[in-house]
Order: sequence, then structure tokens, then C-alpha cells
Amino acid sequence: MNGKESFLQREGTRSVLASLLSIVIGLAFGALAILIVGLLSADLGLESAWEGIRLIFGGLFSTGRGAAGELSWGFNGQNIGNMLFRATPLIMTGLSVAMAYKTGLFNIGAPGQYLIGTLTSLAIALGIPAGTLPGWLVWVLAFCGAMLAGALWGAIPGALKAFLNINEVIACIMTNWIAANFVTWMFSISNFKNVAENTKSSYIYKTTYGLVNGAYVSGEGIATAKLGLDRLFPGSQVNGGILIAVVFAIVVHVMMSKTTFGYELKACGANRHAARYAGIADRRNIVLSMAIAGSLSAGGAALYWLSGNTEFFWSTYQALPAIGFNGIPVALLAVCNPIGVIFTAIFMSMLTVSGLQLTNLTAYNEYITDVIISVIVYLSAFSLVIKLWLGRRRPVPPKLGAEPPSTPSQSAADAKDEKGGDAE
Amino acid sequence: MTFLIQQTLLYAVPLMIVALAGVFAERSGIINLALEGIMIFGAFIGVLFVRIMQGTAWISAAKRANAYGTLQLFEVLAMLTAALFGAIFSLLLSFASINLRADQTIGGTALNLMAPALALFFIRLIANQNTLYIDGDSPSWFMIKKAMFGYGRGENMSWLGETFINKMYLATYVCLLVFAVLSILLYKTRFGLRLRACGENPQAADSLGINVHRMRYAGTTISGALAGMGGFVYALTTANCTSNGDVAGFGFLALAVMIFGNWKPLNIAGASVLFGLFKCIAAAYSSIDINGDGVYLLREIGINENVYRMLPYVITLIVLAFTSKSSRAPKAEGQPYDKGQR
Repeated sequence: MNGKESFLQREGTRSVLASLLSIVIGLAFGALAILIVGLLSADLGLESAWEGIRLIFGGLFSTGRGAAGELSWGFNGQNIGNMLFRATPLIMTGLSVAMAYKTGLFNIGAPGQYLIGTLTSLAIALGIPAGTLPGWLVWVLAFCGAMLAGALWGAIPGALKAFLNINEVIACIMTNWIAANFVTWMFSISNFKNVAENTKSSYIYKTTYGLVNGAYVSGEGIATAKLGLDRLFPGSQVNGGILIAVVFAIVVHVMMSKTTFGYELKACGANRHAARYAGIADRRNIVLSMAIAGSLSAGGAALYWLSGNTEFFWSTYQALPAIGFNGIPVALLAVCNPIGVIFTAIFMSMLTVSGLQLTNLTAYNEYITDVIISVIVYLSAFSLVIKLWLGRRRPVPPKLGAEPPSTPSQSAADAKDEKGGDAE
Repeated sequence: MTFLIQQTLLYAVPLMIVALAGVFAERSGIINLALEGIMIFGAFIGVLFVRIMQGTAWISAAKRANAYGTLQLFEVLAMLTAALFGAIFSLLLSFASINLRADQTIGGTALNLMAPALALFFIRLIANQNTLYIDGDSPSWFMIKKAMFGYGRGENMSWLGETFINKMYLATYVCLLVFAVLSILLYKTRFGLRLRACGENPQAADSLGINVHRMRYAGTTISGALAGMGGFVYALTTANCTSNGDVAGFGFLALAVMIFGNWKPLNIAGASVLFGLFKCIAAAYSSIDINGDGVYLLREIGINENVYRMLPYVITLIVLAFTSKSSRAPKAEGQPYDKGQR
């Protein structure tokens, strides 16, 4: 490996370039959609389309509109703080999907695991009467409880895959919807429904509410420590959860890349039968991978809902939480690298924040950012083709091209190859 | 009883047609996880079509004159439009998974994310809210009524008529017909045999001169058309012809129906009636009087409605657990076809 040419042909470089290309094409698609809609619509026009496009790319640094009605730009602590807050659960679900993908499993069950984490963390946080235990202990119990419940829930499709050879994608889809209905059921018969604020229906109390003499009182509950981040980004919802999520990313990275346990998990993903032949307990490892993935998703839910400034809409049986599904693009963009997940999750939440600015300041709406995300996921489905295209100046076709990445297990094998490429 | 049968049919038929959509894709070797997304897209296009068309002179005149035939034709046109756009949307999946040999699970997930985003982006621009309504009470003018057959207000059709004709939709029966025709196509024609061969052993099919890529395109395109149409039928018959970027997980439920029905049309029809019944009970369990004796049996049993909603998925998982050894899932589903492996 020497010189400029070999730099382009390295797997790591090409993976990053392929991801960047997906992002650029996705953003360009969003901008194009805005432009076309602006030109076709009588009351929008080119001027507002241009504003929309600038907000898509730089919405994070938008500070609203100036006196003359023009868009103004600058440091916006609220936007950046909210971006970090929204990134917190995304890092966790992204880690969940990435970690499972590295072990050959496509964890489309993140939304269900996220819901189970939501149920458990809220039930523990709201169920313990205020004052019986110190607040920090309640927080830790709720967080750990959520992770444990998520691990059990994630282990279900894992066990079905390990012992009965049922495709984990199908099993995960089924458990997702079982979770959606189960969570609605549990909350519908619980006493956590917000009745203190009459204008709201189907919402659960924020965790800042605490149980005092059988009634919920605001300010008696728990909330994630802010750790001074609220002073750094005034007016935003950010809290210490983002640091916890980053620590988890590092832990997962170390576990997957530096320990025997991680190596065994990956070996099962690359080739289950070869791993068993080498003396690795493949069934146990598949169940464990899914359990860890489930606990990460559920932990993300706990970090989000225990923050104390979010309210859960409990009637979830008709739709699954988007944060769970968005773990998939976060993981794929990061090529399932746990450290990369931190950055792609922040990028995704930056898009969300930009989308909200778009809704607030123009006639367009935040759903264009969902379109952009979906285009990026679509492109990442054939990132292999992009990678081949990037490296096609090489005289001999790369060996990666010999095997199409059809099933998740084969894709995970590719992910392993990419790591090998990094080390060269 | 009439109510129960009608409601079950209304829920079961979209499930049935979308599950068949899944069968066509999987039998040709492509996993179509995007059923939910294509349904959402089809529902959006169909409702948008009705919304645009109802302002035209043709439809307004028909509405004023109570020209039932024209309005029923309009309904079928809306179904066809939804099917057409569902097919076009599914080309995204075909292109990625057939030409670019991409991961079909991820491609399908992308479409599932894309459809609600696109639908909601445009709905918000068009209607300035998150639900696309159409003027007036369109389901009522798409609904088949006894007045169309000359019955007066007080007159009763026979039990059969009251159950299967009055207050039903033509769309339901069109779907049943399409289901029957396409099932025969899949099992009794040369085309169907070739399509299924591509899902079982594409290498062998190719060696006999069948164009695997073209067959897979055919499978996913039919699948997209059926799912798009099913999405609109769902929106029309159970959501008052509105679209809000959501079909309440029907696409995934259809996937469950397909697996529960073991990829076979007759079993799928049975499974969708069973799951439709659960949906119907969950939606209205407290007001169903099964045999008309004034006893609300289901309410008295007192099982939470969420249990009924959960049951189809639980049953599917259990069935999967017991039948995973004898599953009739197409052998080559999910694998991109590579000529070099022949």
C-alpha cells in the first residue's frame, strides 16, 4: 500500500467515501425535491425554494428570520443542544443495529426493543414512590431495568434463530408489533397516564413527576443530570445522556474489536458452521448478540424518556417508533463501526433539527428530511456497487466483488473484510 | 352477525391481496419487505387521485345525477391508478435488488421509510395538515347501497343481500376476483411455473432459457401493483378514504398472513380471514352482538382489545416455530441471481 492510488483502494477509505457519496446524493435529492416543488407551486416560487435548500444544508446554524424577513445565521445553542439530545437514543439504536449486523444478524427489531425499554424505564421511574429511594438510585434502577428487559426481548428472535433456524428479520418484525400492542396494553391498564394536565390524552407522565400520597406531583420525580451541558447550550433539552451513549459506543467498539468474546460473535456471523467447527458455541452466541443488541436499543429508550422533558404517547399500537428504525440508517452509514455510529447519529439528528427549522421558517415541512434519510438508506443498500465503482481503476477487480452481499451473514463477512483492509 | 361478517371482510380483503403481493415477489426470489411502504404509497396516490378527480365536471355531474355506475367505475379507476403507481414505486426495489444485487432487506426497509416520508411531505404541502381528506363523504358515494337495486328506505334485502351487497364496496369484490385470477396464473400457467422456478432454483431456470432477471422484475412489479391497490382499498374501506402516511402496520400483518399461509394462496385466504376477524374484534369487541340475542359476549369475556391485536403476530411466531422444518418458503428468496454460480 503506497501512494495516492492505494489510498483510494483501501477498504476503509472506500467505505467512508461511499457513505459520504450516499449523504451527498441524499441531500441533493432533497434539495432537488424542494426546488421542483417550489417551481411548480404558484405560491412558493424560486425565492422560497432557495431558502428551503439553504435550511436543509445549514439549518443547524439558523437563528430564525431577521427584521427584514431574511434568514439569519449564527451560533444557535438551542439547535445544537437539541441535536445532541436527539442523537442520544439514535446512537444507542444505531449501536444495536451495527453490533447485530457485525455478527450477521439484521436487527430490524430495534423499534420493539426500544418500546420495551420505554415501558420498563417509565414503569420503574414512575412506579417507585417519591422519597422512598434516592433519585439517582431510581434512575440507575430504571436504566438497568430497561436494558435487562430489552435484552430479554431481543433474545426471543435470537433464540428462534439459534434453535429453530427462523429468519431473524421475520421474527423481529413479529416481535416489534407484539411489543407495540403489549406496551399499549400495559399502559392502558396502568396508572401512569397523565391526568394532571387535562388537555392531554394518551400521554404518560414525564419522569419529573413523582408519586406522592397516591397522586403524581410535578418536580418530585427524577431527571437525567444535565452536567452543565444546559449552560453550554442554553434553552436546549441536552443532558448527560449523550455522554453515556458515547461511553456505550466506546465499550461496544472495544468489546467487538479487542476481546475474544467479540471475535467469537463476529465469527458466528461470518460463518456459523465454521465457527462451530472451531469450537465456538454458535447458538449461545447468536442469542447473546441479539440480547446485547436488544439491551442497547432499550437503553436508548431509557436515556430518552428518563430525561424528564419528554412525554410518551402510549397508544403505540398503530405505529412503531421512528427512532428504532432510524438506527438502521445510522448503522449502515457508519458501515457498522461503533465509533462511526456516534457521528452518523449526530448527523441524522442534525437533519431532523434542520427539518424542524424548515417547518418553522418556510412553507416546506420536516418530512423532507425523512425523505433524505430514506434515500440514504436506499443507496446504502447497494453501497457495495458504489465501493466497486470508486475502486475500479485498480487493474485486478477486488476480491470483495467475487461474492455478492446477499444475506446479512454474507454482508457481515464483508464487514469483516473491511476491517482486515483497515489493518493492512 | 351481518356486521361481523362485513367488517371481517373489509379487513381481510386488503390483507389477502397484499399477502398475495408478497407471494408474487418471494416466489420470484425477491423478499419484499416494502409491502407496508408500497401500501402507504398506493393509499396516498389513490386518495390524491380521488381528490383531484372529484372536482372535474365528469365526476361532479355523476354525483349530482346519482349515476352509480359512473361512480363505481371511478372507484375502479382509482384502484388502477394506485396499482400503477405501486408498481412504479416497487421498481426502486427491483432495480436495487435485481440489477445492482443489493441487500433486499435494506432496500425494502428504505422503501418503508421513503413512502410515509414522501406521502407526508406532499400531504402537508397540499392540505397543510397531516391527513389528506377528500371533499364530502366519499366512502358513502363509493359504497354499494340498496337504493341502487331499487329497494326503498324501509325495505330489506334478503340476508345475503344485506350482508354481502348493502353497504359493501365494489373494491372488495374486485380484489377477490383479482386474487382468484392471479392465484390461477401463479399455479396453472406456464408463466407462473417459470416465475416460481426463479424463486426455487434460478440457476436451473436460466439453464432452460428462462430470463431470470425479467421474471423477477415481473414478480416484484405484480407485487408492487397488488400492494399499491391493497393500500388504496385499505384506505377506502377502513379509513374513510383518507391518507396520513400510515396503514397501521397492515403491510407487516400481510407479511405475517403470507408466512402463516405458508406461501400458498388458499391458505393465505384462510389466514387473512382469521386475522381480519381478530382486527375486527379488536376494533369493535365491545359492541359486537354475535347472534343478535342482546348479549355482548366478547365484552363479557373482558379480554383487552390489545390482546386481539397482538394475537396474529403471536400466532405467526408460534406457527413459524413449529413449521420451520417443513416451511414452503422459496429456496432462493433473498439471493441475488448470479450467472457465475450456475
